[in-house]
Amino acid sequence: MKDTKIEIKNLSVFFNYVQALNKINLEIQSNKVTSIIGPSGCGKTSLLRTINRMNELIKGFLHKGEVLIDGINIYDKNIDLVKLRKLVGMVFQNSNLFPKSIYENIVFAPTLQGINEKGILDEIVERVCTQAAIWKEIKDKLNSNALNLSAGQQQRLCIARTLAAEPSILLMDEPASALDPISTAKIEELILELKNEYTILLVTHNMQQAARVSDYTAFLYMGQLIEFGRTPKMFTNPINKQTEDYITGRFG
Amino acid sequence: MKNAAEILKPNHTGEFKKNFTGNIPILGIRIISYTVVLLLASVLMYIFANGIKVINWEFLLSAPRNNMTEGGIGPAVFGTLAVIFLMIVITVPLGIFAAVYINEYIKDRWLARIITISINTLAGVPSIVIGLFGLGFFVLFVGKNLDEVFNTGMLLGKPAMLWASATLGVLVLPLIIVTTVEALKSVPDIQRYAAISLGSTRWEMIKTIVLPQARSGILTGIILSISRAAGETAPLLFLGCAFFLPDLPVTYLDLGLFAIPMINPAEQFMYLSYHIFVLTTQSTNPTLTKPLQYGTATVLVFLTLLLNMTAIIYRIKFRKNLEGLRGY
Ligand SMILES: Nc1ncnc2c1ncn2[C@@H]1O[C@H](COP(=O)(O)OP(=O)(O)OP(=O)(O)O)[C@@H](O)[C@H]1O
Ligand SMILES: [Mg+2]
Repeated sequence: MKDTKIEIKNLSVFFNYVQALNKINLEIQSNKVTSIIGPSGCGKTSLLRTINRMNELIKGFLHKGEVLIDGINIYDKNIDLVKLRKLVGMVFQNSNLFPKSIYENIVFAPTLQGINEKGILDEIVERVCTQAAIWKEIKDKLNSNALNLSAGQQQRLCIARTLAAEPSILLMDEPASALDPISTAKIEELILELKNEYTILLVTHNMQQAARVSDYTAFLYMGQLIEFGRTPKMFTNPINKQTEDYITGRFG
Repeated sequence: MKNAAEILKPNHTGEFKKNFTGNIPILGIRIISYTVVLLLASVLMYIFANGIKVINWEFLLSAPRNNMTEGGIGPAVFGTLAVIFLMIVITVPLGIFAAVYINEYIKDRWLARIITISINTLAGVPSIVIGLFGLGFFVLFVGKNLDEVFNTGMLLGKPAMLWASATLGVLVLPLIIVTTVEALKSVPDIQRYAAISLGSTRWEMIKTIVLPQARSGILTGIILSISRAAGETAPLLFLGCAFFLPDLPVTYLDLGLFAIPMINPAEQFMYLSYHIFVLTTQSTNPTLTKPLQYGTATVLVFLTLLLNMTAIIYRIKFRKNLEGLRGY
């Protein structure tokens, strides 16, 4: 049964009149993992950022087309952006923790949402850090500066921080790019586990990862959606020659 | 193929020539820098050597006596601190909000450009002109009209500390805005994205993420503007800076049981820099006041030096913060 969460219709994106995405049509299924693959600069990050309207912070951004979440056009004039971004969480390609303590980083979103009780916040911190496979490493130094963590730890903390906002759609832009195999495995486990509650979009350069965790895969090339379909089918029997070349590493 | 030893080995004849000619401009710059430092040091030493003799608590706290030939500079110190305190209270919020607006809210590039040009122009207006503007605008227009509206006679429509502070505020506003904008610009955009993506409004983002990270940079601007204001004399001439005042510009806020002393912004005041001017040119006997002149100058110079030093330390700290943030 298909249960569409996000519907992208004829979406084109421009930065300073240079086209980054060209007439994308895509249906993202509820409670599934959809991975987005493609060479560097093909527009993966731009596509993710249209779903929580983060592109609008970039000067010279222009878009055409529609993005519907649960049938509601999020580019409608009276959409509350704060609510939208609570609904759609994002883990960025480069970790962007605040120069504050680990604890303060994680409780940032809950505090914005009005949760002030220490007990509840502590609980949230432990839960999301455990989910993001970082609890053991940081539980004794919650009050130290988050920027003193290693790159891989920072990346996992970014995931924890996003989870703490309790979104229902999760945009993950290469969340495992700085991680060792063990943490990567944990993050993949997390993604599979979160699938029950979240709809996940995962940008990755790691083909095995896409094959392991995602239900659907979209292949982007130079701003165009080349192919989209069920992951097993894409990886075993792609329709398009370009897709096949990219997946098998014969691209270029 | 060359190996490393061959590449790294110094080539004596050629290297010498290059070093020699290459060093001449550097040498020139070095000599000039040392000269400047030496000049500054000798001026400071001279003032200090002459001024230190008269400086003690008595000098810093007591009022001038005997036709200004004796006594201290207490009222001038008090006046300077009070004027600058008021100036900070008036200008800093204004300057920070203006900078936040310019850097975080304006989308229209042309509007931002026009505002920036205006601010730079304002920064270039001679201080005496700003002083006259203060007299015309704050005293004769704002003050007079307020008096009329509230029926307070001549309370505000005369040169007074409040208007001096406001005018100095106009003078340093560009400095505060420009340094604050720089400090805001140095906060990386990905920090803003993080806050926004976690569901904060633009203002929450500015308040919780951007301003705290820009804090040291903003403080640097404030400290520099204080030292600028402390050194100004010209604009204060029309704005209630007094030759000599027997009483401090203080009023008592009566709370029944006890009274709290408060700066009275409607009064005239004495000012360190103007006091030096008075001692050297307006006194009945300039030779007699010489030690006092040096003493006052020493206090003013070291106040400024101290403030600038604090600013430098803050800037270093600010840079360290940013390095941590950017990971290098
Ligand atoms: N902030 C921006 N300003 C201007 N152009 C941008 C901006 N961000 C992205 N672009 C342009 O949009 C295009 C797609 O970029 P995008 O970041 O989406 O690629 P990507 O697929 O995420 O690449 P990577 O795998 O390297 O992260 C590129 O041509 C890029 O130059
Ligand atoms: Mg990207």
